[in-house]
Amino acid sequence: MSERNLGEVILAVDNISLSFGIMKVLDNISFDIRRGEIRSIIGPNGAGKSSMLNVINGFYHPQQGSITFKGETRKQMAPHRAASHGIARTFQNIALFKGMSTLDNIMTGRNLKMKTNLFWQALHIGPARAEELENREAAEKVIDFLDIQAIRKKPVGKLPYGLQKRVELGRALAAEPDLLLLDEPMAGMNSEEKEDMCRFIIDVNSEFGTTIALIEHDMSVVMDLSDRVLVLDYGKQLADGEPDEVRANQTVIDAYLGVPHE
Amino acid sequence: MHQKEPETLDTFPRLLQSHVKLRPEQDSIRMKDLGIWQSWSWAEAAAEIRALACGLAQLGLKRGEKLAIIGDNRPRLYWGMTAAQALGAIPVPLYQDAIADEMAYVLDNADVKIALVQNQEQVDKMFELRERCPQLEHVIFDEPRGLRFYEQEFLHDYEKIRQAGVEFERNHPDFYEQEVAVGNGDDISIMLYTSGTTGHPKGVVLSNDNVIITARNGIVREELNSHEEVLAYLPMAWVGDNLFSYAQSFVAGFCVSCPEDATTVASDLREIGPTYYFAPPAIYERMLTQVMIRMEDAAKIKRDIFHYFMEHARKVGVKILNREAVSLKDSLLYKLGNILVYGPLKDVLGLRRTKLAYTAGEAIGPEIFDFYRSLGINIKQLYGQTECMVFICVQPDGEVFADTVGTPAIDVEIKIDDNGEIMYRSPGVFLSYYKNPESTASTKTDDGWVHTGDAGYFDDNNGHLKIIDRAKDVGKLNDGTLFAPKYIENKLKFFSFVKEAVLFGNERDFSTAFINIDFDAVGNWAERHNLAYSGYIDLAGQSEIYELIQDCVNKVNRDLSQDSRLGNSQIRRFLILHKELDADDGELTRTSKVRRSFVGDRYSILVDALYSELKECHIETEVTFEDGRTGKLAADVNIRNAEIYPVKTLSRDAA
Repeated sequence: MSERNLGEVILAVDNISLSFGIMKVLDNISFDIRRGEIRSIIGPNGAGKSSMLNVINGFYHPQQGSITFKGETRKQMAPHRAASHGIARTFQNIALFKGMSTLDNIMTGRNLKMKTNLFWQALHIGPARAEELENREAAEKVIDFLDIQAIRKKPVGKLPYGLQKRVELGRALAAEPDLLLLDEPMAGMNSEEKEDMCRFIIDVNSEFGTTIALIEHDMSVVMDLSDRVLVLDYGKQLADGEPDEVRANQTVIDAYLGVPHE
Repeated sequence: MHQKEPETLDTFPRLLQSHVKLRPEQDSIRMKDLGIWQSWSWAEAAAEIRALACGLAQLGLKRGEKLAIIGDNRPRLYWGMTAAQALGAIPVPLYQDAIADEMAYVLDNADVKIALVQNQEQVDKMFELRERCPQLEHVIFDEPRGLRFYEQEFLHDYEKIRQAGVEFERNHPDFYEQEVAVGNGDDISIMLYTSGTTGHPKGVVLSNDNVIITARNGIVREELNSHEEVLAYLPMAWVGDNLFSYAQSFVAGFCVSCPEDATTVASDLREIGPTYYFAPPAIYERMLTQVMIRMEDAAKIKRDIFHYFMEHARKVGVKILNREAVSLKDSLLYKLGNILVYGPLKDVLGLRRTKLAYTAGEAIGPEIFDFYRSLGINIKQLYGQTECMVFICVQPDGEVFADTVGTPAIDVEIKIDDNGEIMYRSPGVFLSYYKNPESTASTKTDDGWVHTGDAGYFDDNNGHLKIIDRAKDVGKLNDGTLFAPKYIENKLKFFSFVKEAVLFGNERDFSTAFINIDFDAVGNWAERHNLAYSGYIDLAGQSEIYELIQDCVNKVNRDLSQDSRLGNSQIRRFLILHKELDADDGELTRTSKVRRSFVGDRYSILVDALYSELKECHIETEVTFEDGRTGKLAADVNIRNAEIYPVKTLSRDAA
């Protein structure tokens, strides 16, 4: 994949440190994500992967360091600003509206695209109606893309886990993000569901050119998908580079497989 | 049809032109896309077909050459058929879920030059088999998704071919009409590969006359018109789809709707509300099972109302459908039931507007058959084959019996030969098997009679044809008892818990059976009885499930014991298979028929165990996934003995 021409840096993270009390969760982390790439963050449990994602989309505020997104540098970002600037994410524990249908859940992803005010929307006439049609079409394209037509009108709470994950991805996609953050999209899936999800991640990246930051602890998945991989362990940055480099890195091998005796 | 000179409408492109004149604005085909039904009128469809035909001609498709069509039911794929026919080329639809290996055989055997396929999944298969099919020059795809970075020269986007066709037509405005003018009724219309329970599939070559005359006869007999609604959801490679969703639509001028996706067929069916419907028995069975499962989960009052009115429907519904006299009270109660239960239920099933529903292919359970008929749905059995474009026998209205297939269709002659095999002759009888003169000669006599391979006879009471089994499958136990495996398998399959059954017994001492549980029905039963299970294998092996199935087997045995001729073929021992029989593993044909001898060979360890004293048997099976990879499945399978009932003999000294 190295011959893929990746674009400019869309997100740069510089010397980020984050602690909760005396717990140092992230220690001086620096890396960047370039437009159009699939960037993975891996590491064992408690390595700080999800914290890193939470820092990027503004949910956590780091004590130190700065984040540059699309050329704008700031010390901290609020989640709603992250969303309106084109960052969408999925969660490790599914965070959908369980009682709502798949379609409605995906429509919520279009929320920030809606420009008309409540007054027009309540009357459902004029510009609001046109906008609704436009957004419905965008949502339907996502449904078609993810092959979930059959569950369009089912409440998501009743769907199997693997499908809920897919709906969550759909909601993030509906926002047409510049940067898509996926927090362990394959956790708890069987191998067939994992394969499907991999396919969708690759397709999202190649069809829409969406930049993807992926957290995952399944090494085989990461190595096949990613352009570059960042390895964290206990909040520290162990390695950063293309999958082959990372695979050959002795510190990474030690952290994952244990240090060989003798 | 009667409007003018019907005899000149002997090819599909000509039928198309007549609809453009008669009903240009009426919908010809529909597809659900992005959640909305998109439709094309006859005039629009004709323009699409014209452009595609010109595009195909430019790509080099010539008279007599073959165009493969592979994918789910899609307007563009149907148009591909007509476009090929307009050029005098021959469409060859393939089963879309076949793996590359199976496709390679057909593509090679049929000398396919261009393949029109639905999506990336099929394109990938074409790559895989390309080396084995040197004659395959071009592949055209309908849905570009995932194919953005495929740059091979032989791969073409449908849209580009269509565009090229539009431009070509600008410079050669008479080309299409000239090509259409050359065609006639004797030309080959289509080649359909029969799935074949043994050996390689055979290409059945059918002429335009075969297809169009048979389609028209079917329309005349059932009085269908241009306002029917049909859902095209069965494989395009299957003769039935070609008849119901293509040929009859072109003859009568009615609209065909393509579902959004294979998984949405049930809801699409409900939205379209077809007036004319076909489904194999398995689908009617599945719909009934779904209804029953949902009713079991419903509130008690709803359940009671449902059962009360269904009981009433069972009593008088079939009579009312057959227009027989019933008492005023019964008639009024049925009308009330129609408001409260039957109507809403038909709505849920998507069959509220259905005037005519066919079923064929396998025997249908009498309870299932009566269930639908008692609701007022005119479901009828037909008997047909690919070799004559479906129609051999059809049940006439008002003369519908669960155990017969009706009277000969229009222009069809039937005779039973000395061995009890059914033979027929009709205008639909195929020209030949492609490049297979031996099979053609052994199936079709010089004066046009075709061997069906089915054993049967005309019923003395009503004159309807009755089919017992495949002629070659009817065997004997060692004690001389008649062994009709399919007859018994069907009895087992009529239970909702049994999805599939495979009987053994020919030239053996007694009958034994493999059973496949119905995962939905049994799974639901397990849930309601607080039975935990981790998956199919685990559920299939549980002793409670064995009890459940044993009950079914015992009932079948008791039923058999009432029949003096078949009584000794009661099932002595049975087992529940640890995996679902699957077409990908070669255990079923693509039309979901069990390949009994193949299954017997594949699981010979289990068959041996059935004919021993063993109570358990370990087996490892290789399974093929949809993408062609293989894996291993291991399980310990239990074997049970079933109850054997004394056979009722026709004793004259009883009284």
